[in-house]
Amino acid sequence: MIATLGRFSIWFALAIAVYGVCVSILGIRRHRPALIESAQGAIVSIFGLSSFAVLLMEAGLVGHDFSLEYVARNASLDTPVFYTIIALWGALEGSILLWIWLLGLMSVLAVMIESKRQRELMPYVTVVLLCISAFFLFLAAFPASPFTTISPVPPDGRGPNPLLQNHPLMAVHPPGLYAGYVGWAIPYAFGMAALISGRLGETWIRTVRRWSLVAWGFLTIGIIVGGRWSYEVLGWGGYWAWDPVENASLLPWLTGTAFLHTIMIQERRKMLKFWNVALVIITFALTIFGTFLTRSGILSSVHAFSDSGVGPLFLGFIGVVLFLSFSLLVYRSDKLQAEGDLDSLVSRESAFLVNNLLLLGFAFSVLLGTLFPLLSEAVRGVKVSVGEPFFNTVNVPIGLSLIFLMAIGPLIAWQHASIESLRRTFAGPLCLSIMGTGICWFFGVRGLYPLLAFGLSLFTVITVCQEFVNGARTRRRKTGEGYLTALSKLTSRGRRRYGGLIVHLGVAFLVIGITASSVFKLEQEVTLKPGESLQLGRYQVRFDDLSAWQEPHRFVVQGNFTIFNSNHKVAEMRPAKRFYPTEQQPIGTVDVRSTMREDLYLVLSSFAKDGTSATVKALVRPLMMWIWVGGWIMILGSLIAIWPDRRRALAADSVEEYVAWQPGRS
Amino acid sequence: MTKKTKLLLGGGVIVMALAYLINSGIREASVYYITPSELKAKGGAVSDRSLRLGGMVVPGSLHWEPQTLKLTFRLTDGKEEVAVEHTGSPPDLFKEGAGAVVEGKCTADGPFQSSMIMAKHSEEYSPPKEGGAPAEHIHRTFMKPQRTQ
Repeated sequence: MIATLGRFSIWFALAIAVYGVCVSILGIRRHRPALIESAQGAIVSIFGLSSFAVLLMEAGLVGHDFSLEYVARNASLDTPVFYTIIALWGALEGSILLWIWLLGLMSVLAVMIESKRQRELMPYVTVVLLCISAFFLFLAAFPASPFTTISPVPPDGRGPNPLLQNHPLMAVHPPGLYAGYVGWAIPYAFGMAALISGRLGETWIRTVRRWSLVAWGFLTIGIIVGGRWSYEVLGWGGYWAWDPVENASLLPWLTGTAFLHTIMIQERRKMLKFWNVALVIITFALTIFGTFLTRSGILSSVHAFSDSGVGPLFLGFIGVVLFLSFSLLVYRSDKLQAEGDLDSLVSRESAFLVNNLLLLGFAFSVLLGTLFPLLSEAVRGVKVSVGEPFFNTVNVPIGLSLIFLMAIGPLIAWQHASIESLRRTFAGPLCLSIMGTGICWFFGVRGLYPLLAFGLSLFTVITVCQEFVNGARTRRRKTGEGYLTALSKLTSRGRRRYGGLIVHLGVAFLVIGITASSVFKLEQEVTLKPGESLQLGRYQVRFDDLSAWQEPHRFVVQGNFTIFNSNHKVAEMRPAKRFYPTEQQPIGTVDVRSTMREDLYLVLSSFAKDGTSATVKALVRPLMMWIWVGGWIMILGSLIAIWPDRRRALAADSVEEYVAWQPGRS
Repeated sequence: MTKKTKLLLGGGVIVMALAYLINSGIREASVYYITPSELKAKGGAVSDRSLRLGGMVVPGSLHWEPQTLKLTFRLTDGKEEVAVEHTGSPPDLFKEGAGAVVEGKCTADGPFQSSMIMAKHSEEYSPPKEGGAPAEHIHRTFMKPQRTQ
């Protein structure tokens, strides 16, 4: 029943998508608004049908309908309900269903919010979104159908992968990442609409700015939460391994960040039009590439599922997207001439240009490093890989330069900044951060990169604070408000600017956390008998004993440790190993004690079956929590920047853009 | 010098710097894959380069001393065997008869000094039909670097 209904709704949605594409092209050609409206109706129906399909799948999962192959593979009678629900994105087919649903949701929102204001562009946006939907619906209808049945019906399912039922963050990481990937479809669709219609002014740029921020925000959540999950579940003490799939999520984040900055230049100065369209195309293609890398298994990675046959289809789709988009871009290049010009090399424009070069360089090196084993085998016939050292050698200097730009960029004047104004803005923060760097040196920080990382992050924090304080002071002088009122009014009046500054603050925290936790990391692995302890940093870790018990869906062996800090008991920690009947090997469960100052991280690597000894790996990572705090600050900043400002947005847009809709005019 | 030349010059310098970084990064960090036969054929040609040596853990060759964390085993590709030494506890998927890739350096006449073990899923083990994907997934997980000091 579920299978039939599910398959039917996917096929029906696919048919509607194809219908929508045809009808909107016809509507544009024949100048028939009724047909365009019908195509927009198609978008709504696809969303309705995909929501229905998602609900059916959830009903199958929660109701343990093991006649569905997907349910049999990803749910079991013993799995807790929470992990059964999130098994929707535990494997390929369900993930594609989620992709389709999220794309449907974003498309419906885009149509609802923008169709009144963007009558010129909307028909083309509709076509592009429907084409993307059609591709993913095709995947779900044929090669990766989530509603395949099996017979005979097994009495119980395998249950989700143990790693995916080990941590609640699995409820956030994949959907966040997918929403980030899918979100870039909207700016891409607007970019394409601008190219096809030839309306390449600033209208599409202004419209996509908020949509891009939404996509960027989700991608940020997905990446940060993914790092956190990796840290708390995988038991190697790190959060980022330059794994191909991690890199794949970083790539669109980098180009998307570049795009968010250069669209400001186009808005202000009418420059970089060609560049912006190119960036949005590249970013969208990279989101598909990310999905491809995750799902094709061409590179080994934590995330790679078994080869599923959808890889070539993804590759083909990326090829078509890139070919069509760039052909159009070249075809329209005469309309993409800059109207403004760069006035001075010391200006915000040039800071943004350098930022773009660096971000793209970063993205290029990550892409190269990720594909290097494939490239070297194809070109030279030898298998060579570049690991973590490559990414660190190349990206640390680029990252540091980016932090420097991040501190100065928002404070340099547009067009031309005088030496005097630079001195006024930066002299104070520069002195303070040099002093701060000196203090770091005094406390034992050595080496060029760590000192630069701390110094530049501090510089960023100080400039951002200075900007807020100065703004609030000025406002207070004018209006007589209290400091806090002035500060919050200031932020709400200039959400985009101050939201952006808060994001920068978050990045600075993140960099401080990354630097401290990797440079001052302590690590030790020893075998202990009950009562023995190891000393690491300030901590004394005493092994007490082992305990073991059976849970419904797994067997658990746990090491009990007591932690002392200068003979003072501070905590008890219990890293464990969990044995799942469906897996050959146990899954380790780490225990982390986090404070703002440092994390203590324990892994039970091995144990004697008679309980007479345990091998434990202990890590101390200073300021680790700052990484997550920085991440949340970044997300807060993007929320502030995204928050709708209805009154002003409508007023500004309606004057310039509420032109009678004339389809086909270009 | 016009503004445009200055701009191009500045951009050029940045691009060159990036190219230099990438080039030196590749030269420093590239790691070659090698099989036990290839290593033997080179006849103890010791180099400072990191290598990745892949093979199957020879049954009966695996010894782990919990007190010293010394792990010794031999890797084979069916023709040649290479002795490997590692410090640290064996990763979860690592066992005799299963595939493994170790990263490390070749010493003059002692064993291959491994600094990282990536356990591979056993070739013989075939997971239940409907569960192929998750088991595969687990194996990839333990390919996460298990670095030692």
